[in-house]
Amino acid sequence: MSEISNQLENLSFKAQQIADEASQLASNVVETSGGHSDFIIFGITVLILACFVGYYVVWSVTPALHSPLMGVTNAISSVIIVGALLAAGPIDSTISKYFGLVAVGLAAVNIFGGFVVTNRMLSMFKKKQ
Amino acid sequence: MSNLSTAAYLVSSVLFILSLRGLSHPSTARRGNFLGILGMTIAIITTLANPGVFSYKEIGIAFLIGGLIGTSIAVRIQMTALPQLVAAFHSLVGLAAVFVAASAYYNPSAFNIGTFGSIPMGSLIEMSIGTAIGAVTFTGSIIAFGKLQGFVSGNPLVFKGQHFLNLLLGLGIIALIVKFCIDQNQELFWLIVAASFVIGVLLIVPIGGADMPVIVSMLNSYSGWAAAGIGFTLSNNLLIITGALVGSSGAILSYIMCKGMNRSFLNVLLGGFGGEQAASADGVKDDRQAKQGNAADAAFMMKNSQKIIIVPGYGMAVAQAQHALREMGDLLKAAGADVRYAIHPVAGRMPGHMNVLLAEANVPYDEVLELDEINRDFSETDVAFVIGANDVTNPAAKTDKTSAIYGMPILDVENAGQVFFVKRGMASGYAGVQNELFFRDNTLMLFGDAKKVCEDIIKGLEN
Repeated sequence: MSEISNQLENLSFKAQQIADEASQLASNVVETSGGHSDFIIFGITVLILACFVGYYVVWSVTPALHSPLMGVTNAISSVIIVGALLAAGPIDSTISKYFGLVAVGLAAVNIFGGFVVTNRMLSMFKKKQ
Repeated sequence: MSNLSTAAYLVSSVLFILSLRGLSHPSTARRGNFLGILGMTIAIITTLANPGVFSYKEIGIAFLIGGLIGTSIAVRIQMTALPQLVAAFHSLVGLAAVFVAASAYYNPSAFNIGTFGSIPMGSLIEMSIGTAIGAVTFTGSIIAFGKLQGFVSGNPLVFKGQHFLNLLLGLGIIALIVKFCIDQNQELFWLIVAASFVIGVLLIVPIGGADMPVIVSMLNSYSGWAAAGIGFTLSNNLLIITGALVGSSGAILSYIMCKGMNRSFLNVLLGGFGGEQAASADGVKDDRQAKQGNAADAAFMMKNSQKIIIVPGYGMAVAQAQHALREMGDLLKAAGADVRYAIHPVAGRMPGHMNVLLAEANVPYDEVLELDEINRDFSETDVAFVIGANDVTNPAAKTDKTSAIYGMPILDVENAGQVFFVKRGMASGYAGVQNELFFRDNTLMLFGDAKKVCEDIIKGLEN
């Protein structure tokens, strides 16, 4: 009898442990999924505020420099290279990594091309002597 | 992501904002460009320092190849070819976005968004939207590039049921995205990419060459939204902020261009405007004779003028006439005339195109004025010299309610004492509308290639 009661105690202890782990896992899941949906809201907040910043900054650009503006915005939109680098980062050669490397190359064309051509344009704008 | 890298990304975002801010004046613009480079450098180094990034060698090689290609193109490109260069660059951003999204789909753990086949719904939505925008940007920009470069006809390509087809495809893409978010099936991913490629082509083919400023700006905007979309996948604020900056910049530029033509954005997007079709449809059979002059007359009259305003248009860019034009302006200034340049918002094939060409020819930027700044001065001007522009000077935009360009803001060159029109022939402009100005008493047509005419006038001035 005492053996059985011991075993029962053991079992109930284990059950308790499993229940604890389960609730731990569940709360983890809630945390991570909650964390992501939090980022969506947070990201949208940032996006909308940045649109306002962009609106005011771009309207203050002088029309004479609208071509260089396109050059710069083209170059900085290649900030997508951040994603490309993360994709190309892992050691193991997967298709995912090669996609990342191609994206790194494409973004690099843009970054260098965009900034260099903008600099060329801007260096030509001179004031009357 | 550690706090340190988040802070570094924030610094880059601020630098990007300051870089655009620098463009508010030519004197601060170069510093602005430098801040942009600094911001990008910080962003790249921060990402390379990420603990998940190991393969520095391969990355270095890819980066170097891309950098070399980009630099050598940017150094060699002719300034008249800027619009197609920008269009081509936009296509690369779009394609890069597609590749990044594809990579995130096959190896989500590199981006901390679960594992292959079990990516959270939110990330799937963001990923597929980013992919679709990127793919549309890619093929759309390729077509825009082709039209600007002349590989594809600049005439609008319209066919029956075009808009309906676009609508169907658009709805199809949405349906695919929904299905993809549920199934996470790889065929569906590539179907989204393929359908978006097709719709990118279909959206741009009906749009005529002279509407390209709007389209190039719009694609600029799209490339920003694609970056922002990927920013959501990566939970990275830098990409979101930069994407929003670029996106709003492109949107504002498209708005300015549309306003410069008094057309709605939707009207431009629906396409079919301009080109040969519109020109013949209008069917202007004009028997009136325009007065024709020669370079010697023009040289003589301008030499004896006090105030001259030069109105350049796309024709100047095509003929590469900007250097000869500046030389002509210098000679006139030496003869005592006040020479200035008037730029219409939609002159050329991209926003600010004329300003860059004139700057290239060493025209000081304070002699180059925008429509609002200079339009009143035409009435006190002796000579308006229109070179390669047409529709933007047509007074019918103010008076003729039936005209295709009615309501478009124009440069009031008609008010000048004498108008010279440098043109290759009597053909009507892009809008297919006859320019009343050609038949006015104070107008003299100078037929010929813009560059040749300028050179002839220079000879006349030197004698």
